[in-house]
Amino acid sequence: MNLKNFRFETDSDGIALLTWDMAGRAMNVINPDVIAELGEVIDKVASDASIKGCVVTSGKDTFSAGADLTMLEKGASDYAKALKERGEEAAMRLFVDNAGALSRTYRKLETSGKPWAAAINGTCLGGGFELTLACHYRVMSDSEKARVGLPEIKVGLFPGAGGTQRIPRLMQTGDALQMLFKGEQIRPAAALKMNLVHAVAPAGDIVAKAKEWIKAGGKGVAPWDEKNFKLPSGKVFSPTGMMTWPAANALYRRETMDNYPAAKAILHCVFEGLQLPMDQALKVEARWFAKILRSPEAAAMIRSLFLSMGELNKGARRPKNVPPTNLRKIGVIGAGFMGAGIAYVTAQAGMDVVLIDRDQASADKGKEYSNKLISSQIMKGRAKSADRDALLGRINATEDYTALKGCDLVIEAVFEDRGVKAEATKKAEAVVGPNVVFASNTSTLPITSLSENHPRPENFIGIHFFSPVERMMLVEIIKGKGTGDRALATALDYVRAIKKTPIVVNDTRGFYANRCVGNYIREAHLMLVEGVPAAMIENAAKMAGMPVGPLALNDEVGVDLGWKIVEATKKDLGQGAVDPAQEKVLRTLVVEKGRNGRKNGKGFYDYPEKGQGQKRLWPGLADLAERKLDPETIDIEELKQRFLVVQAVEAARTFAEGVVTDPREADVGSILGFGFAPYTGGTLSYIDGMGVGNFVLLCDKLAKKYGDRFSPPGLLIDMAKSHETFYGRAAAQAKAA
Amino acid sequence: MADAFIYDHVRTPRGRGKADGSLHEVSTLGLATGALKSLRDRSELDTHLVDDVVMGCVDPIGEAGSCVPRIAALTAGYGDHVPGIQINRFCASGLDAVNFAAAQVMSGQHDMTVGGGVESMSRVGIGSSGGAWAMDPVAAIPTYFMPQGISADLMATKYGFSRDDVDAYAVESQKRAAAAWSEGRFKNSVVPVKDINGITLLDRDEHMRPETNMQSLASLKPAFTIIGEQAGFDSVAIQKHPEVETINHVHHAGNSSGIVDGAAAVLIGSAEAGNKAGLKPRAKIRAFANIGSEPAIMLTGPVDVTKKVLKKAGMNIEDIDLFEVNEAFASVVLRFLQAFNVDHAKVNVNGGAIALGHPLGATGAMLVGTVVDELERTGKQTALVTLCIGAGMGTATIIERI
Repeated sequence: MNLKNFRFETDSDGIALLTWDMAGRAMNVINPDVIAELGEVIDKVASDASIKGCVVTSGKDTFSAGADLTMLEKGASDYAKALKERGEEAAMRLFVDNAGALSRTYRKLETSGKPWAAAINGTCLGGGFELTLACHYRVMSDSEKARVGLPEIKVGLFPGAGGTQRIPRLMQTGDALQMLFKGEQIRPAAALKMNLVHAVAPAGDIVAKAKEWIKAGGKGVAPWDEKNFKLPSGKVFSPTGMMTWPAANALYRRETMDNYPAAKAILHCVFEGLQLPMDQALKVEARWFAKILRSPEAAAMIRSLFLSMGELNKGARRPKNVPPTNLRKIGVIGAGFMGAGIAYVTAQAGMDVVLIDRDQASADKGKEYSNKLISSQIMKGRAKSADRDALLGRINATEDYTALKGCDLVIEAVFEDRGVKAEATKKAEAVVGPNVVFASNTSTLPITSLSENHPRPENFIGIHFFSPVERMMLVEIIKGKGTGDRALATALDYVRAIKKTPIVVNDTRGFYANRCVGNYIREAHLMLVEGVPAAMIENAAKMAGMPVGPLALNDEVGVDLGWKIVEATKKDLGQGAVDPAQEKVLRTLVVEKGRNGRKNGKGFYDYPEKGQGQKRLWPGLADLAERKLDPETIDIEELKQRFLVVQAVEAARTFAEGVVTDPREADVGSILGFGFAPYTGGTLSYIDGMGVGNFVLLCDKLAKKYGDRFSPPGLLIDMAKSHETFYGRAAAQAKAA
Repeated sequence: MADAFIYDHVRTPRGRGKADGSLHEVSTLGLATGALKSLRDRSELDTHLVDDVVMGCVDPIGEAGSCVPRIAALTAGYGDHVPGIQINRFCASGLDAVNFAAAQVMSGQHDMTVGGGVESMSRVGIGSSGGAWAMDPVAAIPTYFMPQGISADLMATKYGFSRDDVDAYAVESQKRAAAAWSEGRFKNSVVPVKDINGITLLDRDEHMRPETNMQSLASLKPAFTIIGEQAGFDSVAIQKHPEVETINHVHHAGNSSGIVDGAAAVLIGSAEAGNKAGLKPRAKIRAFANIGSEPAIMLTGPVDVTKKVLKKAGMNIEDIDLFEVNEAFASVVLRFLQAFNVDHAKVNVNGGAIALGHPLGATGAMLVGTVVDELERTGKQTALVTLCIGAGMGTATIIERI
């Protein structure tokens, strides 16, 4: 055997050790070469009488992160070729066959007759974990970093190399479904308890333990290939099955709104597979896997949530001419809710923080927030008390600006008021000097105008966090007119250090995310006036894939804030810039009824005292309607569409205006920043996905029916004419550059 | 087309569908056999004239499996020549069996048939025959499957019936059933179930709770809150009917149909066959219809199928003197009253399944018998029987007194 990705050696006991160790890669991944070599090894072990069995382990720190997702492109191109040459069914047959290749290799291993044992030395995910599941014995390292899991669902796929069949043959069906749906990484102790591995041992002992198992006569037959095997939950059609499946189907719908075909495919695979012997079950899994591989949802999610997010996290937009910034000490001015969150995530990333507010008590209160967050982590067993001491030790809460001395970056998160911001900027600059990059965490004020408070606008930038900072993974970096490359690089290095995902946008009112969110909320206001029942508005938005209904979201950010923005817009841009129907809704709630949102216990919802039940929509909303519509006559699909289109068309406008310049940023930013229906891949993928031409037609239809807010920008009309897509254009531009 | 007449009908009393119920020791076959024997014996029917026995059975599995009507025809002594067929359209099976039996006569292919049904819910549990709908994601997900109790609660929420509304309906059902029994209105159709020595096991519907009042019902907790909230079904209901904010769980054992054991049989034939048998027709089956309705809310079929059958018969809702609308859940009947704006005084005048129980496969045939008796008692002319059905269907039959 001439192996490039594995080392293979047999010891004096006749036990082979297969060490997966791909050259030139930090991690082992599955690609066609790996599958082919593994097949050779399986044949060798099976046919060589002197080999008793085989242990598989990894030569890296981790075991394997699974399949190389770029492998998928080859499947698609093979299909396209076969389609042309041999027709649809033959092409599909080839595609399904390819999709099942890895699974068949694993099945060959499992049924080769010789015992195989896996020594899982570190992170072992996806197709890597499925390899070990096909082995007859699994021993896992007890190291702090070792994990097993099947995370495919997170990018719109599912474990298609036996995962959906072997997991529910190892544990109760309900537990198996939950594991497959969640895609979580599982620690050694939990993996043992869940029956995912047979043993846990110190890293140094796992290969020896695996060998011992073979030496002691470990059988090369999987439990499910034994004649008397019984499924952990018994037969599908049984009283236990009746307790499981109707609820599983309902919970799937509750959690996904039926928007995620991969999650549904898991149900199909498990339901159908558990009624079949293993070989046929794996064939059924391969059919579903092929179907999901070809789904637009998988393509969109892989691109945005795996590829693009990875690229942005690695600094795709970072100016390459600036050397890496050494960020050790960060100043945070303003210890309110945002500032306190920024201090926490910064200190968590190991940087020293100077947290400043106007008086010591306010600064201390901001630091207390970190104490609260880390304490709750400790309560959940996710941190130790030493972590708390270290974290709080890194935060210096003070009212004294001179403590900022030596900071590598200062972030201002004070009240959204030009005067207050100007003062903070000047006081900080006086201590740290004009060369230290200064960032403003503003959500509304143009960065260019704020940078006038700084002697060197090239060192001034916007870093817009989302609330709550510790949970929201997106950071919008806003370039003012004068912002220089060093400021941008510093901001990106900082965002990378706190392990969040940055998007870089240019300076306009509302930047990117808030413009889309504003449209989302306004659409709900207008639906109320049209006479759509409030519950239907909220449900339609959630069914479209949004995480929070627009009225609930408005309550969270403050209905009064919405009213203030409408008033400010009117003042700045005139009466024509606001929608009179929306104005009416907000005036009624805020001015007439004093319903400011969650903060005062009443907004679009009524909020009962804690423990007094759930929030309920305010019955008075019905009075906002111009006429009462019969719900049976309302097209729910159109409501769903309106919510997505009104955001996507705004995203397209920001793109047309040059606020957002990279479709990856628009997409990733929309999913992480405001939860735009992840199955679409994001705002611009939503447009690309249906085709720009179709999107323009849809916009025109909605504009005719509901108003100009749906009118597509010229850019989209041009793109439709020339049959372009956002990603197609970006690829062409990248090629040209 | 020949006319199909009803010559006679019998039913067993309905035994509490639990291990301590009076009919628990009687098998499914025993119940069906008893009903067929009684039907023959009291009209001195020459079973040589019988062409078929059609019976509903909703969980035809185990002892109820493999075509119980044929075996019951044999054990009842109808003779080797009498075939049997078991049908299943969930809760309307008994009415559909009557309709199928009538259709055989109307088509002229058979002259005399028996339609009926049987269910021993205490011995063969509800749902025990399985099925793909609730289980297989292929079926359950696109049709928004939810258990009937959630559907009933969704109906109450969507059409605005409060807990008080459904409880008040249940109290009235109990009151009417108790009055019907005390006035002997069921005496012509209920035949006691006896043991091998001729000792009566049960001669009266034993699920009734005539003492029920609003206070006693108020103490019952809604039955479907937990599965609605924890098993995801409330969310399924809301996604299918998104104008609903939250599901108002109002149904419980006291305002839903009772789980009981029982069987029924209805003798149907052409005018000529009746003559041959020396029997006088009691009623005529004027029209019947089946329909599919929205499967998730599931229980609105009676409204849709009533419209359909009225249209087919060229009638208006005002032409119907009496209604039997199966009390699967209180909200089903309340919705029927609301949709047609009919007077509750015309509907389920002798109570219904909330008080008397709902032996799934048999109920439809029992309702036919009940309404024939009531037409005769009151001298009224026309009645409509309808039931809501699992998976969103409705069956309705219009009957005229002769």
